[in-house]
Amino acid sequence: MKIVCRCQDVTEEEVVAALRQGATTIDEIKRLVRAGMGPCQGRTCRRLVSQIIARELKEPMAQVFPPTFRPPNRPVPFKLVMAEYERQEADERKKAAKAKGGKK
Amino acid sequence: MKTRFDAIIIGGGILGVSIAYELAKAGLKNICVLERHYLASGSTGRCGGGFRQQWSTEPNTRLAMASVKRLEGIEAELGYQTEFFQGGYLIVAHSDEEVAQFRKNVAMQQRLGLDVKMVGPDQAREIVPHLDVSKIKMATWCPTDGHISPFLLTQAYANAAKRLGAEIHLWTTVTGLMKKSNTFFVMTDKGPYECNLLFNCAGSFARTIGSMINVDIPVDPYRHEILVTEPVERLWNPMVISFGIGLYTRQEKNGGVVMGMGDPNEPVGTCVGSSMHFMYEMSRRFTTLFPKLAGLRIVRQWAGLYEMTADAQPILGPVDEVENFYQASGFSGHGLMLAPAVSQLMAEQVTTGRTSIPIDDLHVRRLRGAQAVHREKSVV
Ligand SMILES: Cc1cc2nc3c(=O)[nH]c(=O)nc-3n(C[C@H](O)[C@H](O)[C@H](O)COP(=O)(O)OP(=O)(O)OC[C@H]3O[C@@H](n4cnc5c(N)ncnc54)[C@H](O)[C@@H]3O)c2cc1C
Ligand code: FES
Repeated sequence: MKIVCRCQDVTEEEVVAALRQGATTIDEIKRLVRAGMGPCQGRTCRRLVSQIIARELKEPMAQVFPPTFRPPNRPVPFKLVMAEYERQEADERKKAAKAKGGKK
Repeated sequence: MKTRFDAIIIGGGILGVSIAYELAKAGLKNICVLERHYLASGSTGRCGGGFRQQWSTEPNTRLAMASVKRLEGIEAELGYQTEFFQGGYLIVAHSDEEVAQFRKNVAMQQRLGLDVKMVGPDQAREIVPHLDVSKIKMATWCPTDGHISPFLLTQAYANAAKRLGAEIHLWTTVTGLMKKSNTFFVMTDKGPYECNLLFNCAGSFARTIGSMINVDIPVDPYRHEILVTEPVERLWNPMVISFGIGLYTRQEKNGGVVMGMGDPNEPVGTCVGSSMHFMYEMSRRFTTLFPKLAGLRIVRQWAGLYEMTADAQPILGPVDEVENFYQASGFSGHGLMLAPAVSQLMAEQVTTGRTSIPIDDLHVRRLRGAQAVHREKSVV
């Protein structure tokens, strides 16, 4: 038994089983067996998965349909997102105030 | 490769594959699903996975109740695990107007036989411990609602349909339609197909498919964004909805908390990119209702398309202009949960000409002309 995706504990057999059900892309493997849905969002396992796809479907690696990359780049807590939002809003307000002051 | 079929279904989302399965089960031979990408690559694979019976219009409530009954036995019937989970739906009301509307909804739903009731803030907190109940007046609670994995349900139907002889042709884009006497010619990038029965299950692209044969299918696509957090210990079981704040959220089986929201400023269009605006706005709304969970980390954000009709109810059944051209689209953001019932009704319609639940009111002609529509109100 070989682990392909360590974040989600997905084995090579599971990936092969998904391919046998008709999957042909990294995104489908992700949706069916969750390889690539872990905290690293597939950064570690993506290459391994595409190697298995290429091998099983007997096509060159370059032919494997590329996955979609989705934000955020790293896990980010809600409160950090909110703090950043508030900072930007405050900046905007300052800028607006300045522009107004400059016109006088 | 075979290209002559009795029935062709355009679209490999949940509607396409479930209809293929039900047709095959009803005894139709020679069925083919045409999907331009892979299965569930459209709205289905991007959706929230919830199923609920708490609707404001009778047709939606009836269909959803039939669907849930069907879903209860689906894993056994299709022989596939789907993460089907009846964790309930808690819908919270923030204003007196909402409470009044919910009372009406609940009365109608109870009349149809649904196990649903109004609960106060304290009971709501018992059901969803992290909820800030100071923000809510009442809630409605239905314990037999729940959620399911959209990919696994799609694959379950697809595998079962294939076992019954149906074919699924992936990476095949329909580019044109023609009808000569009783035969449809379905043009694709892989060459022409022929069939006698044609199903439009193209989701947000149903209007494009209809226009290929001059049938107006008034479905407009709107982007809907959604995100998921890192997996954490079990927080609560149900899907929680607030129409007032505009959000829905549930915890997946593996622990990640999924949440999405409606945005009234979203223009019509088929773009499914992710926006920073959504990340901010979703964070604000979520932490308004769940202040204690502000430390949860977002791991992934994505988007899909809601396939809206003017009354937020689906378009089902035949059309007046072209015989044997069936529609199942315009689900307005709740197609996953209606598919199990709708697919069965579509199969009944083509094999017997009658349906066990009336769907005449959902014929596309209701949306044509200027008559007032009776809009489904319970949409996030
Ligand atoms: C963010 C979000 C959350 C949602 N949450 C829920 C929820 O919790 N519960 C619920 O029940 N519903 C939910 N929905 C709605 C649900 O996803 C849809 O109603 C449902 O998936 C519709 O299924 P479908 O098969 O009609 O459409 P789709 O899944 O979009 O399938 C249509 C298919 O047709 C294909 N297609 C299009 N044009 C062509 C062509 N020319 N040739 C060949 N193929 C073509 C597409 O590639 C696509 O795969 C949500 C939707 C979104 C976007
Ligand atoms: S190793 Fe697969 S998601 Fe991290």
